[in-house]
This record gives sequence, structure tokens and C-alpha cells, in this order.
Amino acid sequence: MADLSKKDALVQYAAQIGDNGLIIGHRMSEWCFRAPTIEMEMALMNSALDLIGQARELYSYAATAQGEGKTEDDFAYLRDEQDFRNALLTEVPNGDWGDTIVRLFLMSVYNKLFFSALADSKDAELAAIGAKSLKEVTYHLRFSSEWMIRLGDGTSESHNRVQKSVDNLWVYTGELFTMTDAENLLLKDGISVDVAALKADWNQNIAQVFEQATLTVPADGWAQLGGKADGVHTEHFGYIIADMQYMQRRYPGCEW
Amino acid sequence: MVELVASALKNFDPAQVWTILEEIKDPEIPVLSIVDLGIAREVKYHGGEQLEIIISPTYSGCPAMYMLEEQIKEALNHRGFIDPIVTTRLSPAWTTDWMTETGRQKLEAYGIAPPEKTTTNKSVLFGGQKKISCPRCKSDNSEQISEFGSTACKALYRCLDCLEPFDYFKCI
Repeated sequence: MADLSKKDALVQYAAQIGDNGLIIGHRMSEWCFRAPTIEMEMALMNSALDLIGQARELYSYAATAQGEGKTEDDFAYLRDEQDFRNALLTEVPNGDWGDTIVRLFLMSVYNKLFFSALADSKDAELAAIGAKSLKEVTYHLRFSSEWMIRLGDGTSESHNRVQKSVDNLWVYTGELFTMTDAENLLLKDGISVDVAALKADWNQNIAQVFEQATLTVPADGWAQLGGKADGVHTEHFGYIIADMQYMQRRYPGCEW
Repeated sequence: MVELVASALKNFDPAQVWTILEEIKDPEIPVLSIVDLGIAREVKYHGGEQLEIIISPTYSGCPAMYMLEEQIKEALNHRGFIDPIVTTRLSPAWTTDWMTETGRQKLEAYGIAPPEKTTTNKSVLFGGQKKISCPRCKSDNSEQISEFGSTACKALYRCLDCLEPFDYFKCI
């Protein structure tokens, strides 16, 4: 896409990072009142709040960069399914506690590497968001790593179930390391993160925790793509935005 | 329009603005002001009627930030600093090291253990958990119950001597 302008690329890029945070944050918020213990629930809700907060900063920046008078709310509430460019991993249903932890862990390892790199972006605002988010996702990574070890190295029941969660979700991890046209364009100016280059560190960090958790790292096979590059989502996505956008769609412009 | 409050900007004194900012408390920890917390970063006077307050959010998702912004504007408006601009600054990212010494003392007196002084090395995943001293009996013999507490900025601890659970303002 040779005709993608730098401005459009920046808007897409900021929004796409925000989409990952908003969608996984929304998924985690679905555990509210449902987690096994109150401490587990507070941990998920606090982390969800961080991720949604990061999405707000990114959407606000995307709206400013776009310069059409839109706000963060337009990005969250008034875009259609195809406009969201989150990785599919963030949108698949929560499943059981193990599935939720595995998803959060896989994503947190990625987020930690990603935001560390974004903190060095040549774009001052993205660098600031990266540095701030890094502090928060470090907590998410520690929390989910501890749970990976507890479940993996727990009972045979917990071990088998969490291994199954890993095996099921692995197909979605390849997408995290693909580069969009916007990312490739911005990379030339040192604005975007070369996510393809994060894969080796990601594998290594995953392997470290899996070793302690007595879990097996699945072989990289065919990767399910679609959300990040093309806005082609799983069948679960429509339900997320139906729930999330209902009020703004039914009562446009409504405020608290 | 009749100006009900005389403009205080004619004899601008930044100390007066800081005193007003000290009256604005964190809604979740009402003993701490935004100055104690290090949320209020800078007071800038651009001449004329333009006063700007720079704030830095504690956590990205902190739900109190909008409310604090409104409270800053309201408090300043009432004292004659008409229509101040409140600007959010993300970089450098807020850190618990910005909390003032008075803030730390007030926090402990309120029953929340203040954050460790220097932010821990974030490259270590399972860094040795430091012993946090109990804000009630001052014993260091405590354990962490949960790294996530009632708000994003707190973790939950338990004192193993006086057996009281307590909040710890975690260090970021």
C-alpha cells in the first residue's frame, strides 16, 4: 500500500495498539463478580483497568493525530467490527480460569517486550505511553506467571487443563509478531516497534516460566491471522461490541 | 457578564496556587493531597489570564483523574484564578518516588504502609519480596496476601505479629 500516508499510518498504529488493550481489558472485566476468590477478581479488574486506561491514552492520541475532531469515545464506541485491529488472541472467550490466565500470560509477556521497545519510539507521545504502560504490564506479567506455575506445577488436573489451554491458544500467538503496512512504514522513522524481532525474546521468556510450570511449549505451526491486518475477526467479536457499544448505538452521544 | 471573583492573577504568587492544590485530596485516600502524591507537577503562569497546572496520572486507568481535574479547576476558579488549563503529562511517568515525605507520614498514620523508597528493578520477574512494615505495630514480620488491592495503587498485606491485614501503597 504505497499510498498510505504517514499520518494515516500513525492513526492506525495508535488505534491498533489501543484495540489490543481495550478488547483484552473488556474480556477480563467479564470476570467481575465471577472470579473464584475476591483477590483473584481484584487482580483481574485492576489489570483490566490498566489495559483499558492504556487504550484510552492511545485512542486519544489517535484522535488528535487524525485531527477530525473525534475523541477516544469515537474509537471505542462508534467503529464497526472491521475497524478493530486487535490480535485475535485478545478476543477469544475467557473460558475457565486457566484459559484466562494463559491468555493474560501470553499477552503480558508480549506487552512487556512491546512497551519496553515502544518507550524508545521517536514519537514522543507513544514513547511516553510505552514507558507508563510498561510499569503496569510488569505487574500483569508477574501475576499471570505466578498463576501459570501454580496451575502447571499443581495437581494433575490443573496441569492437564492448563496445558490444554496453552495448546488451544497457541495458534493465535503467531499473529502478534506479524507486521502491518502501517507498522512497516512507521518503522522507517523509528516510530513503530519491530514486533517480528520480539519473537525470539518472547519464546525465551515463555520457555522460562513454562519450565518452572512443568508445561510443554507447543511447536509453532500454522498461525491464525486476521484481526490485526484485516479486521477479520472470530465469530465471538460481534458479541463483544454488541455489549460494549450498546448504549452509544441506542442513545447516540449519551453521557453520564 | 459580571465578574464575581476578582482575578488573583494580577499579583500572581505561585505559592498561593500550591496552597490551593494542597487542599485537593485523593478521593480514595482522603488524607493525601495531589501535592503529597506528586500528581500536581507544575504551576505555569503564561501571563495575562492564563494559568496552567500540569498533572501526571498515577495509573493509566486511574478513574480519579477526571474528577481531580474538575476539582482543580473549581478550587482555582473560586480563588480568582479564572479558567485555568489543566494539562495531563505522561512523561516522565509518575512514580511513587514523587510522594513527599509528609505524604508518606500521613499515609502511614492513616493505616496504609508507604511505598518502598526506590522503584524496584522491573527486569526481575520474581524479585525477592521486600518486608513491608505494619503501619499499626511497626513489625516487619508481614506477608503479601495479594499484589492487587482495593485500588490500582495498593497491594494487600497481613501482619504476622499483630495479625491485622493492611494496605500497602505499592511502588511503581
